[in-house]
Amino acid sequence: MVTFNDAPIRKKLILVTMLTSGAVLMITCSAYFIYEFVTFRQATVQQLSTLARVVATNSTAALAFDSPEDATEILGALKAESHIVEAGIYNKEGALFSFYPADITVLARLPDHHEPGYKIKDSFIIGYEPILEGTRSMGTLFIKSDMKALNQRLQLYGGIALAVITISFFAAYLLSNQLQKLISKPILGLADTARAVSERGDYSLRAKKWSNDELGALTDSFNHMLHQIEVQRKEIKSFNQELEKKILERTFELEAANKEMESFSYTVSHDLRAPLRAVIGFSNMLLEDYENKLEADGIRLIKTIQSNGKKMGQLVDDLLEFSRMGKRELNVVNADLDKVVKEVIQEHYNSNDKLNVDIKVNPIGHVRADASLMYHVFQNLIGNAIKYSSKATQPEVQVGVIKQNGNKIYFIKDNGAGFDMKYYDKLFGVFQRLHRQEEFDGTGVGLAIAHRIVSRHKGRIWAEGVVNAGATFYFTLNDKSFNAQEQ
Amino acid sequence: MNVADKVEVLLIEDNMNDAELTIRALKKRNLANNLIHLKDGAQALDFLFGEGESAGRDISVLPKVILLDLKMPRVDGMEVLEKVRADPRTKKIPVVVLTSSKEDPDIKECYRLGANSYIVKPVEFENFQAAVSELGYYWLLINQPPT
Repeated sequence: MVTFNDAPIRKKLILVTMLTSGAVLMITCSAYFIYEFVTFRQATVQQLSTLARVVATNSTAALAFDSPEDATEILGALKAESHIVEAGIYNKEGALFSFYPADITVLARLPDHHEPGYKIKDSFIIGYEPILEGTRSMGTLFIKSDMKALNQRLQLYGGIALAVITISFFAAYLLSNQLQKLISKPILGLADTARAVSERGDYSLRAKKWSNDELGALTDSFNHMLHQIEVQRKEIKSFNQELEKKILERTFELEAANKEMESFSYTVSHDLRAPLRAVIGFSNMLLEDYENKLEADGIRLIKTIQSNGKKMGQLVDDLLEFSRMGKRELNVVNADLDKVVKEVIQEHYNSNDKLNVDIKVNPIGHVRADASLMYHVFQNLIGNAIKYSSKATQPEVQVGVIKQNGNKIYFIKDNGAGFDMKYYDKLFGVFQRLHRQEEFDGTGVGLAIAHRIVSRHKGRIWAEGVVNAGATFYFTLNDKSFNAQEQ
Repeated sequence: MNVADKVEVLLIEDNMNDAELTIRALKKRNLANNLIHLKDGAQALDFLFGEGESAGRDISVLPKVILLDLKMPRVDGMEVLEKVRADPRTKKIPVVVLTSSKEDPDIKECYRLGANSYIVKPVEFENFQAAVSELGYYWLLINQPPT
């Protein structure tokens, strides 16, 4: 059952109109009805009393001459008034003198406590009219009339009223059905437009304005709002497009810059190798063939050439490695990192049997990654850890993994030279070093390579260091919080 | 142009410095006695097939091993390798690619074309010496050439 509140506007308007007209009709008809009832009743009583008085006056002679037959004749005249059901004349003693009509029984004696006048009792009008000769009371006329006339009249009126009300209701319905459109059409129009806009997301639609009243104002506001939304959407769209374009440009630039750097690194290192080979080779040959013809200082000079050549060779190799790390496609497998770490450490022992570092390895499990690139990362980080802790009294290196926020964080920790956090932003830069060549050998590319590999695996790499206390390097792979900007 | 009745090593290398280092290394182990050094692919092919500059050579005299550089002008190492492997007269000669390139595509292609060995020239002198002398020793003394 739909409540009034939720009924359609059309129905509401019709209902309101009908109720109003109904109420008005009811009030009007009722008022008129009541008026008629009262006045007609009064008139009827008035009529009866007049008639009674006439009869009473005419009956004085009959009473005076004690002639019941005359009285009966006079009473018989009441036949003219069909609504009179009983009438009786009582003498001044209160005894029945004459009655009408002939076939009924009337009270033999006048009730002792009767009041002159007319009363309505049990849907009859009963009246007692004193019969007077001048001022002398001769008797009393009793007269009783039914209310049929009144009832008939009232019924007629009722019928007419009902018919009028019915027709009026009908007319009201028809009229209100048509007229409600004046109000509901604009509202429905507005509602339709609103629905169409929200369903289709089409903000170019506008509601039609039908009038200059509050609905018109509402329509105007609504249309204005739509216009604003449309404008803003256009702005947002064009802004987004601009942004997308910019992003595309930046990404393109970034990629181009990366590629350029990588190809540059490759070319440089590749093309440097041959002359470098010659420099190193020929200075060696010079020393081999003419050592005995040189003084100590000459030999020193040549040795300087050699060692620098060697250094340059390392640099070139590292640079080449760095450029290759960026170019190669990732060959992602379920890499066994424990195996990788073991291999790295084994290689260190193989190349340096004087290694006295205590390396603690905790199991770190498998990960989706390029296994050979992982090898490079661990080789670099563990190599650094060993190298930089080599001067400590009891060098110690730890390899392990910790879990945090659903990510696995791999760490390599050493208790060696550490580094100054003040220069942290140089740590992963290409050719950037935080220690002098005399302290620790190195080209400054290793960490840059590790950083590049970790980034390509959508991971993060960072470090903490305390000077002369040690350093810990951390990295993640396939990091859930990886931000492309960090590449 | 050496006209030899015996050729053991054919070194095809355009870089004179690298050539000097290579020959020196082989000499140290007495492996350079019958070495011929040609400076580009075209000369090498002429030599092997007795054409062009080497027209009239007795081409039954073939090297025991070819040391082949890749990056050469005119005709590069890959082409030489291809042609050597294509000809029934030369296809059995062991070819050792000795090059600066460490690139996977180059390595793959050389093996596909039928190289026996692929060696990246070390930058370090000692390493270079060791690599060349060992490969020379292996291919000339240890390895049994095809008959």
